[in-house]
Amino acid sequence: MTAPARPRIAISRPAAGEAGRTGDWRAKRPVLDPAKCLTAKRGDVTCQICWALCPDACITRGAPPRVDLEYCKGCGICAQECPAGAIEMEPEQAHGVCAVDDDGAAR
Amino acid sequence: MSDVTATSVMTGNEAAAAAARLARVQVIAAYPITPQSPVVEQLSAWVESGELDAEFVAVESEHSALTVCIGASTVGARTFTATSANGLAYMTEQVWWAAGARLPIVMCIANRAMAAPWNVLNDQQDSMSVRDAGWIQLYCRDNQEILDTTLQAWRIAERLQLPVMVCYDGFLLSHTVMPVTVPAAVEVDAFLPPRAAPLTVVDPDDPRNIGPVVLADTRADAEGILRPGYMEIRASHHAGLLEALDVIPEVDAEYGAAIGRSWGGLTWEHMLDDAELVLVAAGSLATQLTVAAETLRSEGIKAGVLGVRAYRPFPVAALRAKLAGRKGALVFDKALSYGYEGPICTDLRAAMCGEPDAPLVWGAMCGLGGREVSPDQLADAARRALADGHAGVRDRPTDWINLHPEL
Repeated sequence: MTAPARPRIAISRPAAGEAGRTGDWRAKRPVLDPAKCLTAKRGDVTCQICWALCPDACITRGAPPRVDLEYCKGCGICAQECPAGAIEMEPEQAHGVCAVDDDGAAR
Repeated sequence: MSDVTATSVMTGNEAAAAAARLARVQVIAAYPITPQSPVVEQLSAWVESGELDAEFVAVESEHSALTVCIGASTVGARTFTATSANGLAYMTEQVWWAAGARLPIVMCIANRAMAAPWNVLNDQQDSMSVRDAGWIQLYCRDNQEILDTTLQAWRIAERLQLPVMVCYDGFLLSHTVMPVTVPAAVEVDAFLPPRAAPLTVVDPDDPRNIGPVVLADTRADAEGILRPGYMEIRASHHAGLLEALDVIPEVDAEYGAAIGRSWGGLTWEHMLDDAELVLVAAGSLATQLTVAAETLRSEGIKAGVLGVRAYRPFPVAALRAKLAGRKGALVFDKALSYGYEGPICTDLRAAMCGEPDAPLVWGAMCGLGGREVSPDQLADAARRALADGHAGVRDRPTDWINLHPEL
């Protein structure tokens, strides 16, 4: 008996983005100011609170930490928790991702 | 398991276990629940004695039982479990996972009433409640059919990559003894060879995500190949169920050629040729209806029986062909969609709707929670339906048999 053809099921190779590139869920993006970031100022990995608390593991350790915008959903926890207030959540349309009319509708 | 065909007296549960052993099932995982427990107790004893070369995984719940089967089936094992009623309800989430992963798992359901109130006796509410989960559902009329259908189930499952529930009435069949012919192992081996290459090879050097999130849209995977979205996967699954309308009778015929018994494929009938009134049911109730039909025939009422063997997929074309030109069809359900009517009745009405030569279709409810139903009561229900038909009654409500509404 030959093997039946594989039916259409949910299957994929493990790879970044296989569960969806969640960055396009984001309405606001975290923007880090290296002049305020404790780690960036010291040039070591002193703080890393944003890295530790990101629920999607989108922040890479480093000086300064880097945010992976392919996957960051824009929850804002990093901005809320940063002891130096170095992270601002900026509307996506300010970065040209999505322009919005006065009534809030995307165009 | 014997080198020769042998007939012995056994329960429905023993027949199911004998089928699993003949199928050379490799992994069994189950949790006990009445009236299914003797199936897996018997299999466990055979594994312990070395008579069955299989892995028996004792688990802490039905949810885990089917989860173990899902894992084992994913890597290519022939797997089996069995349950009833609240056990099936407890594993319901995994029932959907097994179907969506297209795994050829066979599960026996010893049909039992759902709580509350607590009840261990027979009706078909349990399996009917998961009819939409994407499994094939076959209903058996006697213990021989349980053994034969369970063996056929793996053949069907492995051809279509779909799981199959083999449903049989708790206690009425599960604990009732009758002669069952057990085919020789060599004959079964020829009918049911080892499972072909598994659906999904789990290879650590070339790993896969199985069952990852699939959202609304089609999308390109990591290699840039466009992959189906949720709706494409579901449509494909549905097509597989519809293909079973051909495969179930084919396998039944193959079994007949190999073993010497066939069960009618999708449906089964008794004295149907010239019948004007057709009594319809699934499971052992169909056997009881043959007695009622013979009683009605003795009174000059041309009655016959149409048994629903495959309930999912629902054999619409076969039922239309069998019922075309009849005067009436009375459907006896042992399950209820609360707030509407019996599920087989609803499905049959829908199948016949708009057919130019469709019979009147009536519904009857019986046997819930093991309530006794005799052939005489079934015949009485048929007489009532016929009388209402002749009187031109429209929108006839479901007829509850042997109910004491005053209590």
